[in-house]
Amino acid sequence: MLYEGEGELLGWMDPDEARRWMARKPLELIDKRMPLSEAITRFARDGDYFALGGFGHVRVSMAAIYEMIRQRRRRMAIAAKTAVHDVDVLIASGVVDRVDCAYAFGHELRGLSPAGRRAVEGGRVRVVAEISNAGFQWRFKAAAMGLPWLPTRVMLGTDTLRRSSARVVEDPFTGRPICLIPACYPDFAVIHVHRCDKYGNAQIDGITIEDVELARAAKRLIITTEEIIPGEEIRRHPDRTAIPYFLVDAVCEVRYGCHPGNMPGLYYFDEEHIAEWLRMSRTDEGVEEYLDRYVYSVEGFEEYIQLIGGKEKMEYLRRLEMLQAELRAP
Amino acid sequence: MSYNPIELMACVASRLLRDARSVFVGTGLPMVAAVLAQRLHAPDLLIVFEAGGIGPQVPTVPISVGDSRTFHRAVMATSMDYVMSIAQLGFVEYGFLGAAQIDPYGNLNTTVIGPHERPRVRLPGSGGANDVGSLCWRTIILMRHERRRFVESLDFLTTPGYLTGPGARERVGLPADTGPYRVITQLAVLGFDEETKRMKLLSLHPGVSMEEVMENTGFELIIPEEVSTTQPPTEEELRLLRGEIDPAGIVIGRAS
Repeated sequence: MLYEGEGELLGWMDPDEARRWMARKPLELIDKRMPLSEAITRFARDGDYFALGGFGHVRVSMAAIYEMIRQRRRRMAIAAKTAVHDVDVLIASGVVDRVDCAYAFGHELRGLSPAGRRAVEGGRVRVVAEISNAGFQWRFKAAAMGLPWLPTRVMLGTDTLRRSSARVVEDPFTGRPICLIPACYPDFAVIHVHRCDKYGNAQIDGITIEDVELARAAKRLIITTEEIIPGEEIRRHPDRTAIPYFLVDAVCEVRYGCHPGNMPGLYYFDEEHIAEWLRMSRTDEGVEEYLDRYVYSVEGFEEYIQLIGGKEKMEYLRRLEMLQAELRAP
Repeated sequence: MSYNPIELMACVASRLLRDARSVFVGTGLPMVAAVLAQRLHAPDLLIVFEAGGIGPQVPTVPISVGDSRTFHRAVMATSMDYVMSIAQLGFVEYGFLGAAQIDPYGNLNTTVIGPHERPRVRLPGSGGANDVGSLCWRTIILMRHERRRFVESLDFLTTPGYLTGPGARERVGLPADTGPYRVITQLAVLGFDEETKRMKLLSLHPGVSMEEVMENTGFELIIPEEVSTTQPPTEEELRLLRGEIDPAGIVIGRAS
């Protein structure tokens, strides 16, 4: 070995142990539908290391995030692979205290995240390791292939490598240094999809980001879906299945479950709502007020959708997505 | 026609992009520059987004490099694995990067200011930046030219430039013949010296003095005998930028 990153290695398993875990997943076609509150109670536990599908504020399961906050999960570590609005809310609410970081504390074009930054600069949240985006998704790919690591040519020569959990060896073929990215098997993952059947066979429209790999890497997998479709529709277009049922532990139907994020083809970002969060999250009091209003005082996601503007707001966000309306951004 | 520094940076960046090449873009200024190039001299410039969008016809400036605009009328909507793998395979020519700090070798920091354990400022981290800086053939860096940003030594080396100098990238195992190509700021265009791989001044923007550049650079710049003046934006470039590419001024209207 030429070099060993000093970052904490989270989520790694011996591939034989991983095989035994995966072989225990049931192959029967059973109805896995359940309320989201039940899925979070059963499959998301205090102290877990978890990952969210999508891209931080694109096709991310905000409904599951709010449910984790409502159930007051604590001491969790997040795989922050392009984490944006998701990780910000999870840090601010006290769910997450460790971040395995490719991208976090930022809101892309909108700037930095006040709440996430305050937590890490104040020492309440710890960044346990750094990695690049390609590196993170190759961690899931290694796991999805049942391998202990994948060789890559990123991160070499940098502090990102020094603070990562990757290792560098001499490649026996070229004789040159090559970076080995460790496999990552999160304790659980939540992936929000456009549609799936009651068994968990899921379709995703548009880019899949790293979810095809993540679905195979996660030890427990919750699917939240915009709609449930008959199994017949899945079988009519098997080429459209991004995630097959045997990887899935729970199926939860949550229409608009990505709000205020962008669900490709269905609704665009709610920039007004995200701006409200970014404004309120400048102080701890503001965070509390936001969570009281939108999370703690509502029963579930349907009530939340009413609160943020209901059908009318979602219809505007649909038209925005279809390029039929002007973006209202503060 | 008057213009702001962001508009000038967008024009300079777009002119660097040759036709029928591929470019890895983030949202914001790189996106605007790439679309401007497509409209003017590079109709077959292939735009690639890290989250999986390949060859889109971007209708409006995306907010995220993963949002639905990044694969609008694209040739392919795929995965990050696919995009990063083709970059590793050598398919992606240019990559755009930004940073909080840059050093003389074009190494970049987007992770922390201050110590890593207890940073004074926590920045987002690598994101796709390290991958772009590792895997693209040539990277173009867009950033503000300030003394606290152009530093002799970085608080954290997130993304590789030429590391410690000639041959350093190859020695650590990065792909051969890759590295930073240009640095575009609100004051000047800079490149890298062939022999030493240190940053050198190429052109000053109209109205900017050599002293102003030196004052805003925290390390010794290589100053060649001849320093040209950056071509200002043409009327055509400004018309496209303001009228078609970013009419709401989301990116170019943010100029100071």
